[in-house]
Amino acid sequence: MNDSKIPAWVNIIGLPLVNIFFAFAFSAIIFVAVDVNPLEAAVVMVKGALGYQEGVGYTLYYATNFIFTGLAVAVAFSAGLFNIGGEGQAYLGGLGVGLACLGLDHALPFWALLPITMVASMAFGALWALIPAYLQAYRGSHIVITTIMFNFIASALMVYLMVNVLKLDGQMAPVSRVFEQSAVMPMFHEIAGWFGFSFSESPMNLSFFIALACCVLVWILLWRTRWGYAIRAMGSSPTAAEYGGINHKKLVIIVMLISGALSGMLGLNEVQGYGQQLKLDFVAGYGFTGIAVCLIGRNHPVGIILASLLFGILYQGGAELAFDFPNIDREMIQVVQALVVLFSGALALMLVKPTERIFVLWDRKKKSLGKAQAEA
Amino acid sequence: MYENLILILDATLRVSAPLILAALAGLFSERSGIVNIALEGKLLSAAFAAAATASVTGNVWLGLLAAIGVSVCLSLIHGFASITHRGDQIVSGVAINMLAVGLTVTLGRFWFGLGGQTPALPDSARFTPITLPGADAVADVPVIGPLYSELISGHNILVYLALLMVPFVWWVVFRTRFGLRLRAAGENPHAVDTAGISVAWIRYRALICAGILCGIAGAYLSTAHSAGFVANMSAGKGFIALAALIFGKWKPVPVLFGCLLFGFLDAVAIRLQGAELPIVGEIPVQAIEVLPYILTVLLLAGFIGRAVGPKSIGVPYVKTR
Repeated sequence: MNDSKIPAWVNIIGLPLVNIFFAFAFSAIIFVAVDVNPLEAAVVMVKGALGYQEGVGYTLYYATNFIFTGLAVAVAFSAGLFNIGGEGQAYLGGLGVGLACLGLDHALPFWALLPITMVASMAFGALWALIPAYLQAYRGSHIVITTIMFNFIASALMVYLMVNVLKLDGQMAPVSRVFEQSAVMPMFHEIAGWFGFSFSESPMNLSFFIALACCVLVWILLWRTRWGYAIRAMGSSPTAAEYGGINHKKLVIIVMLISGALSGMLGLNEVQGYGQQLKLDFVAGYGFTGIAVCLIGRNHPVGIILASLLFGILYQGGAELAFDFPNIDREMIQVVQALVVLFSGALALMLVKPTERIFVLWDRKKKSLGKAQAEA
Repeated sequence: MYENLILILDATLRVSAPLILAALAGLFSERSGIVNIALEGKLLSAAFAAAATASVTGNVWLGLLAAIGVSVCLSLIHGFASITHRGDQIVSGVAINMLAVGLTVTLGRFWFGLGGQTPALPDSARFTPITLPGADAVADVPVIGPLYSELISGHNILVYLALLMVPFVWWVVFRTRFGLRLRAAGENPHAVDTAGISVAWIRYRALICAGILCGIAGAYLSTAHSAGFVANMSAGKGFIALAALIFGKWKPVPVLFGCLLFGFLDAVAIRLQGAELPIVGEIPVQAIEVLPYILTVLLLAGFIGRAVGPKSIGVPYVKTR
């Protein structure tokens, strides 16, 4: 391809940064349109997200969600599959965590329960991805459409379960009972306490470290194993991969199971960490944000951690914005997020051609200069 | 019983109208080769534009025009990303959906200060039911009376427009030169290009058509079905329309029936809430609500018939390949 004309660093770091810059520039226009000074807003957001310990805790708590869903999208993307069903898979994963906690929180101590909730979150999430994966691999239905449909089915299923099965008697709100304190994820301020540090209270919890571990595992999977090689081969050229003896159907299923399991683990952070009970709508769009995270992170675990931090800052900072500026609230962050997806994802190729042209010109100039010097 | 049936069918028509318009919008775009999961976002933005304009100007027709304008703009963004710059059509669809959710509430809050809603519209700034000639006269005639005066008469103009759009879209897509080229662009864009016709321009026009239809559907939601905009009022209707489009195998008349079926399920779900049925007992509303999605999944998987989309759908057109 023509990419080779552009130096690698421009392709990997330069262009994505310019794309994000474009997204922020357009966001700034919208901030101005609702009478908010974008620079002041940016200062409030960064201060609110990083300026004090509780803010940092919240930022990393959000980032935990984004790492899980971002990795989920990335694994599928590496194989050329678009898993848009992170929302539903995370919902089901949370259900798995919740059921495990409700059933076993009296019986088991935390460290015995944790492996069970982890397996439950992964199994439930993977199960919700398995059906679309099977249908894509063996029945030829398009995975994007099926996973969208499964998001809606998951949401209806949860409403049914919460209202008719898990709701407490004599209560109006469709929420389950609160888990025993022993079942809840250790919060970061507690963990810091074990090591003799002090940290303000925040919803950041152990699952942040589980998420980081997942990043390492995904990196090993994709770049250091045969499966990972097969996955990436399928992503870059399905026909060549097939020709090379890779079983396409089996791989689609494996990839989607991994992707669904990663989405499902969001439940560890949201249900076992933050919510501490089952309720409706705890996924709240984190699954879709995973798409944005994966696009900015360029499918790479390191990129995904950085992108998750960026979105953690946006979410936590966005929540702070509402205090200072009555005109806006969290929805504004949706706009920023949408523009990021638009510029870093859909319009990612927009700047490739012009950049290429610049470097071609640059090359020619250097060559002609070199020639002139040689002649002189 | 008969009266109940008429009432349910009446509700079906009202619920289906925006689905029909949105699904036909999807038909234009997908037949030309552009996956359109942005229907939802266009509906929502159009609903907001219609309600906001109607509430400021007091004129519902200006509202409709604004809805169409906004929806066409979003379509053009979709096209700019996925046709001109060959971006991923699904990614740009996701972006438009997110943009719609965020922008409608942000602008609504800024302009009207009601937490993202628009003020309630008076009847003069809405599309109100039209009584067809003779409806009152025959209302008391048994059987035919209710059928005519309840079911056929008494809808707003956009419902009739939605129904009329079905034969019109069929005619455009299957009986005009533009329609032939449109379908060809979705099946075999290289052939279109070889014939000296611009694939990009055809796809842009298809997206503009989609924008217009989505605009009308959005205006229906906020200025005909309800009296004003509420946050996230499209509530997945764009995706149901997409499901109906697949269910109708990308053909206008089957798409109409798909929409009517899904609308019917919706209308039944509302009436069955908490009702005890003979034999099966109480059916959870959610079970009926998910039927459109489950049916679409089954159909796509070939368990009940088979839905095969346009061949080149989702593939950006590159001349040299």
